[in-house]
Amino acid sequence: MFTRFRENYIGFETIVIKEVVRVARIWVQTLVPPVIQMTLYFLIFGGLIGSQVRRIDGYTYMAFLAPGLIMMSVINNSYTNVVSSFFGAKFGRHIEELLVSPLPNYMIISGYVVGGVVRGLAVGSMVAIVALFFTHLHIAHPLITISVAVLTAILFALGGLINAIFAKKFDDVTIIPTFILTPLTYLGGVFYSIQMLPMVFSEISKVNPILYMVNAFRYGILGVSDIGIGYAYVIILLFIVALFCFSLILLHKGVGLRT
Amino acid sequence: MRDKYFGVLLLCSIRPQFPAVFAFSTMQALSIRGLTKTYRNGVVALKGIDFEVGVGEFTALLGPNGAGKTTTIGIVTSLVNKTSGKVEVFGHDIDTQIEIAKSCIGLVPQEINFNQFEKIFDIVVNQAGYYGIPRRLAKQRAEKYLKQLHLWERRDDMSRTLSGGMKRRLMIARALVHEPKLLILDEPTAGVDIEIRRSMWEFLRRINQEGITIILTTHYLEEAENLCRRVAIIDHGQIIEYGRTKDLLAKLHTETFVLNLRQPLENLPPLDGYAVTQVDDTTLEVEVSKQQNINALFELLSKDKIQVLSMRNKVNRLEELFVRLVEGKG
Repeated sequence: MFTRFRENYIGFETIVIKEVVRVARIWVQTLVPPVIQMTLYFLIFGGLIGSQVRRIDGYTYMAFLAPGLIMMSVINNSYTNVVSSFFGAKFGRHIEELLVSPLPNYMIISGYVVGGVVRGLAVGSMVAIVALFFTHLHIAHPLITISVAVLTAILFALGGLINAIFAKKFDDVTIIPTFILTPLTYLGGVFYSIQMLPMVFSEISKVNPILYMVNAFRYGILGVSDIGIGYAYVIILLFIVALFCFSLILLHKGVGLRT
Repeated sequence: MRDKYFGVLLLCSIRPQFPAVFAFSTMQALSIRGLTKTYRNGVVALKGIDFEVGVGEFTALLGPNGAGKTTTIGIVTSLVNKTSGKVEVFGHDIDTQIEIAKSCIGLVPQEINFNQFEKIFDIVVNQAGYYGIPRRLAKQRAEKYLKQLHLWERRDDMSRTLSGGMKRRLMIARALVHEPKLLILDEPTAGVDIEIRRSMWEFLRRINQEGITIILTTHYLEEAENLCRRVAIIDHGQIIEYGRTKDLLAKLHTETFVLNLRQPLENLPPLDGYAVTQVDDTTLEVEVSKQQNINALFELLSKDKIQVLSMRNKVNRLEELFVRLVEGKG
């Protein structure tokens, strides 16, 4: 039993190493662009426009914005890493290397998810460093900050995997990020507090799961949040379990992978 | 009786956790029963195939394009979902013991399917990792097989820089790195020049002698005749012939020989009992049935003072049988 687990772990570790090496090898594509993009957000929204915005929950707009932008980087990059890597493997057919191997499906999923989490957290950390040039970041609850970032990265890495499983062409890889992920992120409290919205829109915003992740992360750093932190954990964990089970079913059935 | 193994101690691949199987009954490397596959678009690729490959055999799976060869291999290696039927690899049912069955198989697919942006060495080492082989051992194995397949010098190159023949050899190295008991090669020598093809034959012959069961699909029937002790011919999703290569070739009722003549021949003399066609001044094609004596043909030719410089089969014998079977000429 232990030997079997050890062998499966070696398979999992192989996927993780391969994914991390891939991210590092093409760092100009994977790490640099999101950091440049976020730096521009800090300059334009935080510096130029933000200086005209009143304080939110007692913090300057730049300080309020920083956790949101870090979380947006984590979300986008964990998702993008898995969707592009897994779909690339599907398109180039080297996913068959894994499909013919005895590695269980849950290990294949976990390997790709960890790859996505590593990139998400790496970019998130770099954006946090950039944020330090613009504002002071005092982390109020380090454990909450780290756990929310990791769990959110896991959730969106799973989302990216499911997108890649269903994708049949390169266009399909960009549809979900463009039409679903980006609007939900922008409307998920990255740039504003939902208390600034009229009641109706504030209530509608609560349907958006990204709101809970951004606010939980902001609570970890600033100690302020629009929603209850407990709700945020429950929602994130529920989504992770649901998406993991769904990915497992898809791989088991071979949807998009086996004929 | 080669495929009748009694009391075989089978250790499946390198995975020590899988229990040793003491098979006191007939053990097959691959057993397929009533295998069917209907694709979503309604195409029936397999219509109930029954097929067995004994331990240590070297078997060819032949058939025209679209006959069902790749579908069969895809199902055995879990790349294609079957519609119905039973597949066992060294006694392990792919429905209930898929992981053990997979660990017994090494696959060399028809299409290039490695990452073109990965280094050659990494491709082989990573594949070993997916089979649970620790990295240090994986590197040793990768070195061993890349050296055997003459790719070691290129180990740090990106795989996309390899030639077609080298890419095929890389896929063989990758398939062997977990030291499988059953190696399945789907047209491994397609598009490969004759020199490399022959060196690959040598390599496959050697690993088969070392105990690896091999199943090969190929369009080069000469390849199957040279390498394989058994041949299965599949057409329209059904096995239409399966047996020892020698026995199948014995079923050929006639063979066509091409005779090259020393002197140009103006008029073709009657050669009683033989169907003769004059191709050009110095070439004859003669159909010789199994009942006929080829010496008698030469006597007739000598009598007419026709000297034969050389003689060869018009086509490879297996090819002749294959064409006759597939075209329904028995």
